[in-house]
Amino acid sequence: MPILEDKQKEQLRGLFAGLDNEVNVVMFSREIECEHCRLTRDLLTEVSTLSDKIKLTVKNFVEDKEEVSKFKLDKIPATVIMGEKDYGIRYYGVPAGYEFTSLIEDIILVSRRDPGLPPEVLAELAKVDQPVHVQVMISPTCPYCPMAVRTAHKLAMANDNITADMVETTEFPHLVRKYDVQGVPHTVINEFYSFVGPLPELETAYEILRALGKPAPPVHVHAEEVSGAGAVHDHGHDHAHDHDHEHVHQHEHQAAPPRPFQEKPAKKAPENKAARPDKKKSKKK
Amino acid sequence: MDFPGFSLDMGSLKQARRPDPAVLYDLLILGGGPAAMTAAIYAARKMLKVAVITRDFGGQLLETSDVENWIGYQQINAKDLTSKFEEHVKSFDLPVAMGEAVARVEKEDEAFKVTTEQGKIYKAWTVLLATGKHHRSLGVPGEKELLGRGVAYCATCDAPFYKKKRVVIAGGGNSAFTTAFDLMKVEAAITMISFSKGWQADAELRKRIESYEKARLLDNHEIVRIEGKAKVEAVRAKDRKTGAEQTIACDGIFVEIGLISNTAMVKDLVALNPQGEVEVDCSCRTAVPGFFAAGDVTTVPYKQIVIAAGEGSKAALAAYDYLAAARKI
Repeated sequence: MPILEDKQKEQLRGLFAGLDNEVNVVMFSREIECEHCRLTRDLLTEVSTLSDKIKLTVKNFVEDKEEVSKFKLDKIPATVIMGEKDYGIRYYGVPAGYEFTSLIEDIILVSRRDPGLPPEVLAELAKVDQPVHVQVMISPTCPYCPMAVRTAHKLAMANDNITADMVETTEFPHLVRKYDVQGVPHTVINEFYSFVGPLPELETAYEILRALGKPAPPVHVHAEEVSGAGAVHDHGHDHAHDHDHEHVHQHEHQAAPPRPFQEKPAKKAPENKAARPDKKKSKKK
Repeated sequence: MDFPGFSLDMGSLKQARRPDPAVLYDLLILGGGPAAMTAAIYAARKMLKVAVITRDFGGQLLETSDVENWIGYQQINAKDLTSKFEEHVKSFDLPVAMGEAVARVEKEDEAFKVTTEQGKIYKAWTVLLATGKHHRSLGVPGEKELLGRGVAYCATCDAPFYKKKRVVIAGGGNSAFTTAFDLMKVEAAITMISFSKGWQADAELRKRIESYEKARLLDNHEIVRIEGKAKVEAVRAKDRKTGAEQTIACDGIFVEIGLISNTAMVKDLVALNPQGEVEVDCSCRTAVPGFFAAGDVTTVPYKQIVIAAGEGSKAALAAYDYLAAARKI
């Protein structure tokens, strides 16, 4: 059964015509395939036929133990997008729905061997000097999730210490329970540190630094004074609220948490290394 | 959940260069929703030196699942529509500061200075504010503490986590009922709570929920607080008529109680109405010469995608006229 529409294939051929270097897509399934494993394999097979630069290898999660441990995989379907070297880009579950675009972007960026991050982000990432495991929990119908996945994968590409997983939550309900995921995108860094909502590249890099206990500036320089487009500011107001749409309110700082930036920025931290006091963190055993 | 298929977002795959702080632009467009994107296309077609500063492309479109009133499409997925907009914008070689939010807009002599929350400064002869609106929060105890732990704002994103669970929806308008519809699809038990008396949603939407056996509707009730330790466990609601309070046990609460204008960055530049909106004339001009506004962030009535797009085009053309009259282009 064909997976992609003809029009999508045509668009992809157009995109892939610009691929520079070879991209290795390594997928792990097993002999008796789970439904999602088969779907992932069918999808990747179709994608790989659209360019001779894309090389698909299908491995057996049960038998190819050496490879499984080399890539440090713990569940399937698992997909690794790599060049000559492994950048730490992982997909657990089908890259379905909006995440299909994340997969395509990864192929393009890996082919360039360059995540295309601005210098200020690279400068922050250079401070990451120990292993970091980023898990981005997503649902395929969430329009904000690809921002989080694509950013995490770019950061993984830019620093060899970082491994970044997309985790499709409907396929791995035990991880939803383990990390207490009730909203996506939900990003877990090194098991114990988490945040909800997609963040821009620089702020995601800061989150990694914070997770490692390294200095990182407060999120928004002007967080105390303004509520920018889409930014969430927590001013701790406690006035009576009103549900009426027509309600006239004059509280300048009545900023609400919109989806994309559910994070709460710090009150001005006394010094750089202070973790954000109102930030959600979950300690896991 | 139905299998979502594979969605290819061509717009987001096209790279744009970033704006240069050393350049004095003709027009800086703030925002990434339909008004901003349409303005960008018009400005680019007028060959203006234009740049866009935005946290994302799509704006409030990202919070919708389907659009049924964009001319030419009886129904289109909101993300697909956004992707088409973005692809259109990026077909012009204009710089985009993606992931940047504006902290402050100031006028210095004739030109404008735009400072982002990351501390970058961009300059231009004219500025178009098209930053739209964002969700209002309830402002009750428990809300921010349990954010992402049962307090939710995006049903398209999070409804699957509430399959066959108990959910409260705060709000009584169309977005609250659309949220209820998403949760109905995952068989959640729904309690809708509206502050005002009666319901403001369209009859068609309301009927779908009212006929759902696991829905309960409470109007004229105020949510007092959200309870729970590690996650949402209950919502405390007060009858505004009798004052009687009740605890509604639930696993989550979706907040859909209207919107707030994203205008804090211009509050010292231009007067705002009580809703925080920027007053504009029929050419999207504000009281500050060279400063324009378009879309949901303005006083223009009926917040619709097609209206925002139309206003965006007007604003770009008005900025062009302004620049021409001031002999800046």
